[in-house]
Amino acid sequence: MRLLLSLLLLLASPVCAQQAAAVLEQNRALIEKPSRQTIGPVIDALAASGDPAAARILAAFEARNLGVREGDGAFVIVTQDGLTDLAGQPTDGEASVIRPNSGVRGVIAAALVRFQLADPDPERRMDVVAAIARNPDASHLEPLRAALAQTADPHLARLERLLTIRFDTDGEARVAAIEGFGSDMSLDLRAALNPLLATRREVNPEGGNIARELTPGSDLSRDEAYDLLVAKGIAPARLTREGAQAALVANIKDGQVAGIPVASLDTRDARDAAYGALEAAGTVPPAATEAEVDAALDAARIADVYQEPDAAVTDAARAALNGISTKVGAMQFADLTLDALSLASIYFLAAIGLAITFGVMRVINMAHGEFIMMGAYTGYAVQQVVTDYTLSILIALPLAFAVTFAAGVVMERLVIRHLYKRPLETLLATFGISIMLQQLAKNIFGTQARPLTAPGWLNGALSFNDIVSISYIRVAIFVLALLFLGIYLWIMRRTRLGLEVRAVQQNPSMAASMGISPGRINMLAFGLGSGIAGIAGVAIGLFAQVTSELGSQYIVQSFMTVVVGGVGNIWGTLAGAAMIGFLQKGIEWFNPSNTLAAQTYMILFIIIFIQFRPRGIIALKGRAAGD
Amino acid sequence: MRHPSVLIFLSCLALFTVAVTVMAQAGMVSTSFVKTLGMTLCLCLVALAMDLIWGYAGILSLGHFAFFGLGGYMIGMWLMYARTEGIVVQSLAGSPLPATPEEIRQGIGTQIFGVVGGSDIPWVWSFAHSLPLQLLLVVLVPGLLALVFGWLAFRSRVTGVYLSILTQAMTLALALYLFQNDSGLRGNNGLSGLQNIPGVTAGQDRVSVWLLWASALALGLGYILCSIMVSGKFGSVIRAIRDDEQRVRFLGYPVEGYKLFVFTLTAIIAAIAGALYYPQAGIINPTELMPIASIYLAVWVAIGGRGRLYGAVIGAAVVSLLSSWFTGGRAPSIPLGFYTINWVDWWQVLLGLTFVLVTLLAPGGIGALFGRGR
Repeated sequence: MRLLLSLLLLLASPVCAQQAAAVLEQNRALIEKPSRQTIGPVIDALAASGDPAAARILAAFEARNLGVREGDGAFVIVTQDGLTDLAGQPTDGEASVIRPNSGVRGVIAAALVRFQLADPDPERRMDVVAAIARNPDASHLEPLRAALAQTADPHLARLERLLTIRFDTDGEARVAAIEGFGSDMSLDLRAALNPLLATRREVNPEGGNIARELTPGSDLSRDEAYDLLVAKGIAPARLTREGAQAALVANIKDGQVAGIPVASLDTRDARDAAYGALEAAGTVPPAATEAEVDAALDAARIADVYQEPDAAVTDAARAALNGISTKVGAMQFADLTLDALSLASIYFLAAIGLAITFGVMRVINMAHGEFIMMGAYTGYAVQQVVTDYTLSILIALPLAFAVTFAAGVVMERLVIRHLYKRPLETLLATFGISIMLQQLAKNIFGTQARPLTAPGWLNGALSFNDIVSISYIRVAIFVLALLFLGIYLWIMRRTRLGLEVRAVQQNPSMAASMGISPGRINMLAFGLGSGIAGIAGVAIGLFAQVTSELGSQYIVQSFMTVVVGGVGNIWGTLAGAAMIGFLQKGIEWFNPSNTLAAQTYMILFIIIFIQFRPRGIIALKGRAAGD
Repeated sequence: MRHPSVLIFLSCLALFTVAVTVMAQAGMVSTSFVKTLGMTLCLCLVALAMDLIWGYAGILSLGHFAFFGLGGYMIGMWLMYARTEGIVVQSLAGSPLPATPEEIRQGIGTQIFGVVGGSDIPWVWSFAHSLPLQLLLVVLVPGLLALVFGWLAFRSRVTGVYLSILTQAMTLALALYLFQNDSGLRGNNGLSGLQNIPGVTAGQDRVSVWLLWASALALGLGYILCSIMVSGKFGSVIRAIRDDEQRVRFLGYPVEGYKLFVFTLTAIIAAIAGALYYPQAGIINPTELMPIASIYLAVWVAIGGRGRLYGAVIGAAVVSLLSSWFTGGRAPSIPLGFYTINWVDWWQVLLGLTFVLVTLLAPGGIGALFGRGR
């Protein structure tokens, strides 16, 4: 074969740019009856031809699409639409396809990789790199290195090191590759390193790269250890409870086992005694005693052994993974902080309307959650009419405000106005309204969840690295929460309305004597609080399912946010939302699988917190404190 | 008896119970309807407790259904354990060797907890094998919870709507806890098959009448207890706390102690009502403890009339029976030509509207129609 190769090279070298078609023609016999031994030189010759068609020809050859046209015997490529010649131009005629076996196809595929990796177009090169990274194989290593010798592409270099870690046979090269990654902590590196540390459990291992020795009783249970010995065949099987029971059943004679009545065998001790009696009589083989088990375990050595035999490699991998896991922990903490921040802004958004109606006006509005729901359904209804998602959200936000503002004003005029002196009854009346609104929403929109689709530019996530990322919707909600904080502060502190609301809240009769109409102010303030709830509904609807129960999921948490933070103070609501959000995520961190438990413990924590700060985190002092 | 209403109420109750029993024997009412009536009596009992704490002591607790549910869970544990034990023992009786206690426990564990992927019996079931112990827990567990929660809340002077929100949070936390599979109470599957009383071979038609009598007895006793409490000096003090807590405190009464006592006592009454309710309902799951149920309890009492014991009973009976009539699909639909009012869909709207109107226009509720002013 060597001879053949040099011969071919001799043929090929004088005309470097020899056409691929000519190479095929010269090696027609080898191509039409391809075999694994002989195809290599042909491929080399194709590569040396420098013809851009070479890659296409090889790809077709590998995919069993290269054919010979009947009649003139020219090489053609078979596609779904018909035949093309080697340069890719359509041609006609009938062709019989050349069918290389899988061995040949493997050789071709490896060569193809080399072709594609040497591709001058960086984008096409990246595609191949991504394909190899998805499905790496030892055979890729060599073409990768060859390509790397030609171009200094950093992606190629990185992939080469990853493959070196996994497939190279030279331990030192692998250690160097592992160390070469430095502070990298991406997923693919971890995917390459983790298999190196895979272990298997062995009894009496001979040599091997031992991860750690195991002591029965502490590292693994004695039963497990003994089972390992039995599986290895160096200890007799122990008598199981089922086995003993079967032996007893097999030896029942006239309602007795070894002279003991069956009816008395209703405890474990009695059964053990009966089996002992059978042993003594020689009816059943003696079972391994505890002492024998101990001896067998003492004599055996049990260890976890690395699949990877080279200790230097596993040491380097372990050190690298330890370094990574510290950094990953820090990053996960950062990610969790982002999560908590976004949860806090959701709670804040849901509660900011309450900060006005409950915090300032002291009205317990149990229908607040239903205003959130109305906002979300408004967004859904707008999307049925306006199909452009960006436009529909822009319409839905003010419209949701208008709808819920109107609903709030109507509710204040008809119901709440009459109950300002009876706060507990406000709670019940607004609860009546809440169940009414919920059922009405169910009657109108049905019970199934309705989608409120976010515009395309809110899809996806802002990711800082493999671990820290946050979806754009959550960023938008965070921004919206900040915006509303600003609007609230501006209205309450800088506008006439805010001034009058604060005046009416502190002393209604004095405010009235200064020419402020308390009824009008209460109406407007309540409408404002409800309107903000509507806008929050649009935002929440973007990531949650819009159902008639949407609001009731947030109502208890919203009230707790306001109460924990301190009634009557927007900074308190902010602090409350932050505390509840961070607390919930924090508890979830300890027990990630169980969000229910996180909510339970959070509520318990809040109940206890209220004991110590009954007026919330930020308590108003002096006259503003009211009661 | 200073209040003739107690005697009137007790005779009405006795008459009702006897009438239902006679009709059930004669086959005029179905077993399931007898159960509905028995359950309604239990709801009346918990409404009575609600009236005592809200109508008389002025504490709007939105968490009393948590105690009701806990009572149900406590009795449900025994019902389920004992029944499963019977089944397991029966199935093991076929094997050649007599079953050991370990095998029986294993079988019970697999039967009960297989649905949440476990076979070990959690520690909360430690007493489930014994009816007397578990009956004790019906009183102790909700009572202790109410005592601790009430002590914490009243001690730091959480009052009014804050207390309402806090009690609501308590019942939400409890419901969410029970929803977990590893809470040891079968997660959202809850406890089921509670209508089969272990060791009783009589049919459901007999059992339903017995439970109706037990519920009526509990309601009667509860009514007598509550009316004694509200008529004496104790009643005057808790009414005074409702009207002006600060003044009562200045007069030297231990307000917190009174409130705590009423809170705990009503929790225990609610738990007993729950323990009688769920054997008739047959199933209990954490949904029953969600805050909405407790708010409905307040709705019944408000519609029936706060501050009158019979008002609470009337409210609970009328609203819950109407509710099951409307939502059961038996109420006739009203065709309006362009739209048909289907009561299954519109009952909640009607209820909410009624509730708003009662709160606004008739704070005394239905009960105010019968009695003179408070």
